[in-house]
Formats: sequence, structure tokens, C-alpha cells
Amino acid sequence: MLHDTLDATDRAIVLATQEGLPLAPRPYHAVAESLGLAPEEVMGRMEKLLAAGVIRRIGAVPNHYALGYKANGMTVWDVDDARVSELGRRVGALDFVSHSYRRPRHLPQWPYNLFAMVHGKDRTEVEEKARAIAVLLGDACRGHEILYSSRILKKTGLRFGG
Amino acid sequence: MMDDTDRAIVNALQGGFPICDRPYAEAAARLGIAEEELIARLERLLAEKVLTRFGPLYNAERMGGAFTLAAMSVPEEDFERVAEAVNALPQVAHNYRREHALNMWFVVATDSREAMDAVLREIAERTGLEVFNFPKEEEFFLELKFAA
Repeated sequence: MLHDTLDATDRAIVLATQEGLPLAPRPYHAVAESLGLAPEEVMGRMEKLLAAGVIRRIGAVPNHYALGYKANGMTVWDVDDARVSELGRRVGALDFVSHSYRRPRHLPQWPYNLFAMVHGKDRTEVEEKARAIAVLLGDACRGHEILYSSRILKKTGLRFGG
Repeated sequence: MMDDTDRAIVNALQGGFPICDRPYAEAAARLGIAEEELIARLERLLAEKVLTRFGPLYNAERMGGAFTLAAMSVPEEDFERVAEAVNALPQVAHNYRREHALNMWFVVATDSREAMDAVLREIAERTGLEVFNFPKEEEFFLELKFAA
């Protein structure tokens, strides 16, 4: 999976850091030592991975459930194809939307082409936020639904074996 | 329980952690606390599972490979069997039950487009159900911004 764009050293760095950085004063030095690399090389390569977007960001990954965001609704919208890109960008910029994508419709069962994941303390809050999205989309939107998750069946995340 | 300093750490450090010799010292200085205090608090927030991880968040799609979101409409009496069959495939990363006629939604990750088609076909064959494929066509990004 990692073989197209990253070399062997990049892959080693990904594998050594994907579970987290060492909680030591010099974390990049610790990673470098475990891989037999110079600290400057680890830091230089991570800078490049960050600039290339292979690393989205470095920092704290919160458990949103522990922060009190106990309701998550996948809101799905049937938006005019001519306007979905422009409106999708505005939906993605809302501070309560964590992910937003354009995806294909499957007519007749599935008319929705815009997906936005909305998090809230409870379903009432998710519904309020969905109403704010509806206002933003205005007459470009022909309908929407909110799909709540009722059970996690599997959650292994994306992990790379190298 | 989180105190104000914990909340400031979670809110300020969801991105932008520096790449330098002493990054915790630099981040701590921005928060007005000492390096060792930041490290100790991060250890505790991880142990208490307020944070799932602290470090780089990788964008799997930028590393090559194929990803998709797929869904099925699973008859209630068959739900457990189908969930087991889908979850048994290592290419299935997440699987959620959702309240809808399409009641099973899962993310599939594979090395290539060809492998993706094969996995979706295999799921359809193993379960006898139609698999609706929702590959991403455009991403409206997306900065996680959970307020603590």
C-alpha cells in the first residue's frame, strides 16, 4: 500500500510513528535512534511528508466520544450537480462538520450526492446543525436524511503493515 | 476530569505540533506551561482515553492504494451473519450499523483499484446482497476541530 510514493526510509518512519510520537523531550531523536537514522533525516523527511499532505497534521487526536460528542449523524444531501462543488466547500468549512465528500448517487434507492459528518452532544444538537446546513444549501438541495450510527461493528482503523 | 489546562492543550494541539529538537518545549511555551508538565498531561490524557493518539495523522490515500465507502441493505434476521462475513475481511477497516434501509456501512482499503473491485465482488458473493459503492469523488476538507 505504501509503495507508490514513499521510499523504504519513509515507510519505516510511517510505521514507527503511526501509533504516536514518543512522549520524551526529543521525540524525533527517539524515533531516529530506533531506526538507526540521523535525527535531521527523520525531521527533514517528516517536513516533506507534511508539505506533501501525506501527513495531514501532527498533534492530539481526540476521542470525540470522551469529549462529550456522543451523537454522530452522517447527513446526506441531494444537491444540484452544478452547485455541489461550491456548496460542498462551504459545508466542509462549517466548524461542526468533520468530513464532507461528494459521492455518487445510486438511483432510485439513493438520491444523495453530498455527505457531511456532523457531531453533537446529542441528537437534538445534530438536528440543529443539520438545519444550519439546510439553510446554507437553500434551494440547491432537494432533500436530505440523517443516518445515525447505532452500533460499531468493526473499527480497526487504517494501519500499514509496510 | 479535565481541567482548563487540559482543555487548552486539546484545543490548541489538534495540529501544528512542531518538527524540531524540543517540540514539547516549544508547544508548552505557547501554552504557558513547562515542557515536563505538557508531557505528563499528554500521558494522562492518553491513559484516560481523552486522546486516542498523539502524533502524525497520516493521509492513507496519499500513500497509494484505493479506498471506498460501501453500504448494504441487510435483512434483520441475517444481520449478525452478514456482519461476521464482512468483518472477516482484513480489507474492511470500519463497519457501522446505521438506522436506514441501507443499514450497514463500511470502509474498504486495498492496495489497488483491481483489488478493490475484487473485494466488493467477494462481499456480494459471500453475503448474497447487493453492495452499493460510494467512492469519494471530491473531498471538502476537513480539519478536525473538536472543542474540549
